[in-house]
Amino acid sequence: MSTVERSGVDVARAVNAREISAREVTDATLGQIDAVDERLGAYLTRLHDMARAAADRVDARIAGGEKLAMAGVPVAVKDNMCLAGTRTTCGSKILENWIAPYTGTAVQRILDAGGIPVGKSNMDEFAMGSSCENSALLQTRNPLDLSRVPGGSSGGSAAAVSAHLAAVGLGSDTGGSIREPGAFCGVVGFKPTYGRVSRYGLIAFASSLDQIGPLTRTVEDAALAYDVMAGYDPMDSTSIDRPLEPTFSALRDDLRGKRIGIVKEFETGKLGAAIDAVYKQAYRDLEKLGAELIEVSLPTADYGLATYYLIAPAECSSNLARFDGVRYGLRVEGNDVGEMYEATRAAGFGPEVKRRILIGTYALSSGYYDAYYVKAQKVRTLIGDDFKKAFATCDLIACPAASSPAFVSGAKSDPYSMYLMDYYTIPMSLAGLPALSVPCGSVSVEGKSVPMGLQLCAPIFAERELLSAAHAYEKATMHYKNNKLDVSLHRAPTGNLV
Amino acid sequence: MNSQSTKRSILSLSSDKIDIRYVAKLARIALTDDEVQRFGQQLGDLLEHVNVISKLDTDSIPATAQVVESRNVEREDEVRPCLDRKTVLSMAPQAQGSFFRVPRIIAEDG
Amino acid sequence: MSNIESAHAVGGPQPSAGGRGAEGAAPSKWEAVIGIECHVELKTNSKMFCGCANEFGGEPNTKVCPVCLALPGALPVANRVAIEHMIAAGLAFDAQIPEFSKFDRKNYFYPDMPKDYQISQFDMPLTQGGVVRYWLEDGTMKECRLTRIHLEEDTGKSTHSGSGDGRIAGSSHSLIDFNRAGVPLMECVSEPEIHNADEAVGYLEALKRTFVQLGVSDVKMEEGSLRCDANVSIRPVGAKELGTKAEIKNMNSFRSVHRAIESEIARQIEIVESGGRVVQETRGWDEVTGTTHTMRSKEQAHDYRYFPDPDLVPVEVDRATVERIRKDMPELPPARFARYHCEFKLSVAQATQLVENAPLAEYFDACVNASKNAQQSVNFVLGDLSRLANESDTPVYESPVKPQHVAELITLVESNTINSKIAKELVGRMWKGEGAPKSIVEKEGLAQTSDPGAIDGFIDGVLAANEKSVADYKGGKTNVMGFLVGQVMKASRGKANPALVQERMKEKLT
Repeated sequence: MSTVERSGVDVARAVNAREISAREVTDATLGQIDAVDERLGAYLTRLHDMARAAADRVDARIAGGEKLAMAGVPVAVKDNMCLAGTRTTCGSKILENWIAPYTGTAVQRILDAGGIPVGKSNMDEFAMGSSCENSALLQTRNPLDLSRVPGGSSGGSAAAVSAHLAAVGLGSDTGGSIREPGAFCGVVGFKPTYGRVSRYGLIAFASSLDQIGPLTRTVEDAALAYDVMAGYDPMDSTSIDRPLEPTFSALRDDLRGKRIGIVKEFETGKLGAAIDAVYKQAYRDLEKLGAELIEVSLPTADYGLATYYLIAPAECSSNLARFDGVRYGLRVEGNDVGEMYEATRAAGFGPEVKRRILIGTYALSSGYYDAYYVKAQKVRTLIGDDFKKAFATCDLIACPAASSPAFVSGAKSDPYSMYLMDYYTIPMSLAGLPALSVPCGSVSVEGKSVPMGLQLCAPIFAERELLSAAHAYEKATMHYKNNKLDVSLHRAPTGNLV
Repeated sequence: MNSQSTKRSILSLSSDKIDIRYVAKLARIALTDDEVQRFGQQLGDLLEHVNVISKLDTDSIPATAQVVESRNVEREDEVRPCLDRKTVLSMAPQAQGSFFRVPRIIAEDG
Repeated sequence: MSNIESAHAVGGPQPSAGGRGAEGAAPSKWEAVIGIECHVELKTNSKMFCGCANEFGGEPNTKVCPVCLALPGALPVANRVAIEHMIAAGLAFDAQIPEFSKFDRKNYFYPDMPKDYQISQFDMPLTQGGVVRYWLEDGTMKECRLTRIHLEEDTGKSTHSGSGDGRIAGSSHSLIDFNRAGVPLMECVSEPEIHNADEAVGYLEALKRTFVQLGVSDVKMEEGSLRCDANVSIRPVGAKELGTKAEIKNMNSFRSVHRAIESEIARQIEIVESGGRVVQETRGWDEVTGTTHTMRSKEQAHDYRYFPDPDLVPVEVDRATVERIRKDMPELPPARFARYHCEFKLSVAQATQLVENAPLAEYFDACVNASKNAQQSVNFVLGDLSRLANESDTPVYESPVKPQHVAELITLVESNTINSKIAKELVGRMWKGEGAPKSIVEKEGLAQTSDPGAIDGFIDGVLAANEKSVADYKGGKTNVMGFLVGQVMKASRGKANPALVQERMKEKLT
């Protein structure tokens, strides 16, 4: 196995054991990035200097006798996370040249644990999208099939991890933005319980839903990164102040005694025979590992999308007000401040961001607040209650991670058809539950094998259970081993792909 | 926020059309005529989809503002270091001396 | 309208003006109805939602951090002390402190408001209701109910350039300093229960002295730590319905509040009496012209899109905290004023002066406790001691003169041991740190002489040396008596009992 293909756990072990230096891992990763990212487009910014300096510091600390949980692990940082001294764009023209003067908590914890920031990864603008096509700055492709999208919004991190341009990709998930690209790129995408990982330094999309989590090739790596990032942060009022149980050391190999809920309303037959077969097989595999499958019902989950498309835009309309051309970022001049605001925001935001700001502004505006925003918050309660009822009879829920496998770039021009991609991930987001997607096989489309993701979801704070189950499933099925990088990825640039 | 007003507003929704220009003014985004047309259509469609929630009876249901209930997260009243002004003003699209500079403010902007 | 401009003392209530508009003294058939909204900056070490220093002034844009500058990704965390200050402020006015409160976002764009929303409180403020008790210059006690006091954050400061006079109108650009952005601010909203300019100022002074005494704010209008707007309307006396209101802004001192309200009431009366109608609008007070002018005529309905701030969690005020804060509360101005004015019979001016200086009032209370003599205590405290305090720039309560000393001095005077002249001298010497008055008197034999033999001796000497005055007196010029008594006092080095000297002198001259 080449250096870049090593898992994060393996790299950290080897660096701590001084079998390899952090600098060597870093140089290999940067080399791989330079070799293929022209065609992949995972990174908006490559951090050669910062990564090498960080690697040297890690090597010095190791030489000094320290043990670091993520020693030398190359990390892709989604570009909505502040890392001091790096351009932090959120995939938007409005922040195209903004250099963050501070580092967010989650990123800082990764750095403190010896993780190496190799680049800032591409994303849908302000994390709004499910294909990464809403990035205003770069097109990212799916490394398993360059004609397809990597998913979104954390598409850059998912693509980077899948293409071995990092072992850990940091993502943020608001309605599925970690899980869906994870599924599309054939990697693990893990969204912890809302509030487990500090949002300080994460550029907000929808504050009550946003949650940072890792994208990795293995569940072990996800657990490793989660254990490093999670925990109370006094800088984030909504971060959870309760004891944290390490997940990595608790990973198990079987599912004996576990009751896994299969959601009645999420019948996979309607997704087509091929997809249905993949999920039915996945459920059988869970059973084979000792789990008992139980049918559960989430009657209000079907309202998730509608609820989400009121709450998330409402919050975003307020969160994105600060991009006004006064203190930082883009400014387009005007005759007065009002004109300047309107011109700046018209030029700085892309169409999807504008749509969501507009719908959110509308949902909060006088006369509509009760009917839309308050109503949605109440339905949110119902959705949460459904999960609570379901978890009274099961330990975990299994269902699809996305409505379809990765689609071809440009295939979804209608906003609503894109929104439907997150149909299965949004209810968990609304309920704040920990959920992940883990590769569960593939379907064959036009002769190419396109990966699928199984979503597992646990009650609030049950990250340990969740990761343990995913680990057992992964170990038994090893679907990620079947990922085949698109052969064009290593070809010389042809020009028409970039 | 009583259920009465909620019901009334929902009843009126079906006949309301989103006033895209008014909303864009509140959101401070200049729209071209083409965008007004396109976004108006798209948001109208989306509203039709989201209106399904009006079918649910939520009269006795509390609103969820936070999924994980938490209270009284407060900091001690302690002074912490600030950013240095050079860094702060280096971000400014336009600075003058020690200040951020903006074009003239018209009273209605408030 | 010239009489509106009559020279009011700064912030001084003028009961005679009546506050009924231009015609002043004449009983008006109009009643003014006024509600006041005040923004008061809280006194804390750090800002409301971040650790930047909460200090007035300083080099522009030096007290800012990712949070108060609203950098992408930054999040607010509430300041515990600011919340406790709010509870104290509410309790001081007998407001309800609900068990559950939350922060909401008030969304609107303004260049000195970094997030382009203000974290505020919409429907669940930290305090609700309450009563502000205040008094006018004639001692009349008044009340005005509070609607609520809620907690929010201040904005930065804009300086408008290019208009020549620093005003926003006609300016070409503005310069922004964000040092003030995020400073904790409480907004106090009154019910419309104020009826004239005197009451408005009385109400504001009550807020000010209460907040200062609680230590929750410095309330310095000149530094902008108190800013207020007044909603003014008029209606026929006896009417129940409220008239159309105008909101008055830009009042920068209690004096301008007084002038602006009088001017606005007069303007509205004039409009209505000449058959016109008052329009609902925002009007700015102009200190120079002494009038209000239209700022925003067409009151565009604001659509602030309030919603609960998802970055902050609700505040649950537990009853133990409320009781702890209540227990630590000092005696509040209205109670203290009533005690001084009604019980101790101090004048309104004396009582007010003490109430507005809590440490001095505590000093005064200690003097009264020790001496059981409020009148003499107030005379010393606000008289000689305050004069010395002014001269030396040392507060009375930090001087070497202890309340026990004042009480001793009062006893010495009351028992006729010393006369008032010696008492005055002793105050000066105590101020210099010479210690207890009794010991000075004993050490130096300053006790008043009431021994008739000794006094006669002094008198005889004076009479012998002033034959002409004696002759004048006998000739009917009885006013020389004062001079002769003075000479005796001088001869006795001030120790002779002046009453006795007077008495014996009269006897000897007749």
